[in-house]
Amino acid sequence: MHVQGDVDLPVKNPSKTKKMKKRKMEKWIPYLFILPSFLIIVSFLFYPIGTVFYYSLQYYDISAPYYNKFAGLDHFKRIFTEDDLFLPSLFNSFKWVVSQVGLQLILGMILALLLNQTFKFRGFVRAVAFIPWAISGVLASVMWSLMYNEHMGVINDLLMRMGIISTPQAWLSDTTTAFIGVVIAEVWRGIPFFAITLLAALQSIPEELYEAARVDGAGRWKSYIHITLPQLKNTIVLTTLLRTIWEFNNVDLLFNLTGGGPAHSTTTLTMYIAEQAVHGSNFGYGSALTVVTFGILFLFAIIYLKASRFEREGD
Amino acid sequence: MQNSKKNKDKILFFYLPLTLMISFTVFPIYWTLMTALKSEGDILKRPLEYVPLAPTLENFVMAWNNVGFATYFKNSLIVGVSTVLIVVVLSTLSGYALSRYKFKGKRSFLLMLLCTQFIPRSMMIIPLFVIFKNLGLISNPLSLIITYAAIEIPFTTVLMNGFISNVPRELEEAAMMDGCNRLQAIRFVVFPLLLPGIVATAVFTFIYTWNEFLIALMLTNQQSKFTLPVGLSYMMGEFNVNYGALAAGSIIALIPAVILFSYAQKHLVNGMGGAVKG
Repeated sequence: MHVQGDVDLPVKNPSKTKKMKKRKMEKWIPYLFILPSFLIIVSFLFYPIGTVFYYSLQYYDISAPYYNKFAGLDHFKRIFTEDDLFLPSLFNSFKWVVSQVGLQLILGMILALLLNQTFKFRGFVRAVAFIPWAISGVLASVMWSLMYNEHMGVINDLLMRMGIISTPQAWLSDTTTAFIGVVIAEVWRGIPFFAITLLAALQSIPEELYEAARVDGAGRWKSYIHITLPQLKNTIVLTTLLRTIWEFNNVDLLFNLTGGGPAHSTTTLTMYIAEQAVHGSNFGYGSALTVVTFGILFLFAIIYLKASRFEREGD
Repeated sequence: MQNSKKNKDKILFFYLPLTLMISFTVFPIYWTLMTALKSEGDILKRPLEYVPLAPTLENFVMAWNNVGFATYFKNSLIVGVSTVLIVVVLSTLSGYALSRYKFKGKRSFLLMLLCTQFIPRSMMIIPLFVIFKNLGLISNPLSLIITYAAIEIPFTTVLMNGFISNVPRELEEAAMMDGCNRLQAIRFVVFPLLLPGIVATAVFTFIYTWNEFLIALMLTNQQSKFTLPVGLSYMMGEFNVNYGALAAGSIIALIPAVILFSYAQKHLVNGMGGAVKG
């Protein structure tokens, strides 16, 4: 627009400079577009994680700030030599993750295979089967606590009617049943995650593969082992890895159903950290625990991906 | 003969397991609803009533008016809607940049988004508390909105990138030819075509914020600012639990998530397939 009066412009074609200017602007557009997302992710995801490493080397207690000072590796020494809860919690985390991911994967796979068949009202049944995915850990805790309850719980009522137990049990305050009780409730909530992802993957397997197998006389089980499973491998590797990390970190049900008790029988490592953070004020020690936990998870993820040869076979 | 064996097979290997799985899924929800519909006396009565003989809505009234669920509901709604707005706008912009441009640092940015998926959420509660305490934002919905947006944006950016790549580039080029600038082209051409994808993204984000517990617990210490999960948890931990109101409160908290989810779950199966594979 202002070009009109530009007589002493050295270039012959004024529209060319305009275009170049525009192109220069264009170069910055993608950066402009990702900037807000970038800033919010760096400030509220990466920066906090960074500070955890810093706090893990400090005595940092929000209830007694005047004692705050550099701690060096004191917290880590305490974790590995003096802390009587660390190893049992780590073991509980292991039990928790293995039982969650294992059971959810198996039951989710069964559900996905069932829902992949054609039958009446399939859309509706699918929607119903996936509902627990949308239910929060706290809500699931409420629901299952109503059912496990010693006095009014339906589980006691059903088992007594069937003659399996003779007196009502306090399932969640008994050290022998509390852990498995929470596991069942969380499995209930976790099945749809696997069912949804596996169903999506099942739908992408070409039908011809099965037809070819049928021509070769392979039964249902054989074609499952030789066609379905290999085709699902990458999905299974990735979903189990993501779920392992997710379940390792998930404390909603443990926190609300048992609070880590009785006698720490349901205290996982993450539950231990959450307890330190929510009820305690010793953030330095809590941060050190967090760093150790992070290290364990990181190591696990690398070993898992290497061992399953995900990258080499991944498309 | 063969036909009856086939039918038997179908019952044994299909209908029976399917019925068992669906019953297992539905029963806890059914039981909560039935508990919510019983009066306090009937809840503790033996033998247990599997269908309440004298259903009542008093627990719902109680939960909404006296126990604080109206407040929790409002707080969750404020946090959820604000987070959704921020996440949709920011991830549409960054998804657009990823889908339409080649630029230096693109791979690093994608790698950064991927890395966030491996950050343990429980790692964040201590540092987030310190940050928001220093900012004076503890018990302020803003702290939750910002944190949730930061957590959701990496995933929704990748999601939007996929949706935007499905919109033909020629359409917006034509619009720009006709005199729209880029933002106008996005607003009037790309955006309407993206609507289904945006709805899926919004539903995803909303359900996440609606259900998140640990961070909300850590960053809120006033009862008047509790979100639904924190309120439910608080009520569960009380000395004298009012089970009827607790069950009714759960049903209230359940309804929005389940309605949105039922609406969007088809997109979920399709979207997940893409997200997991891609």
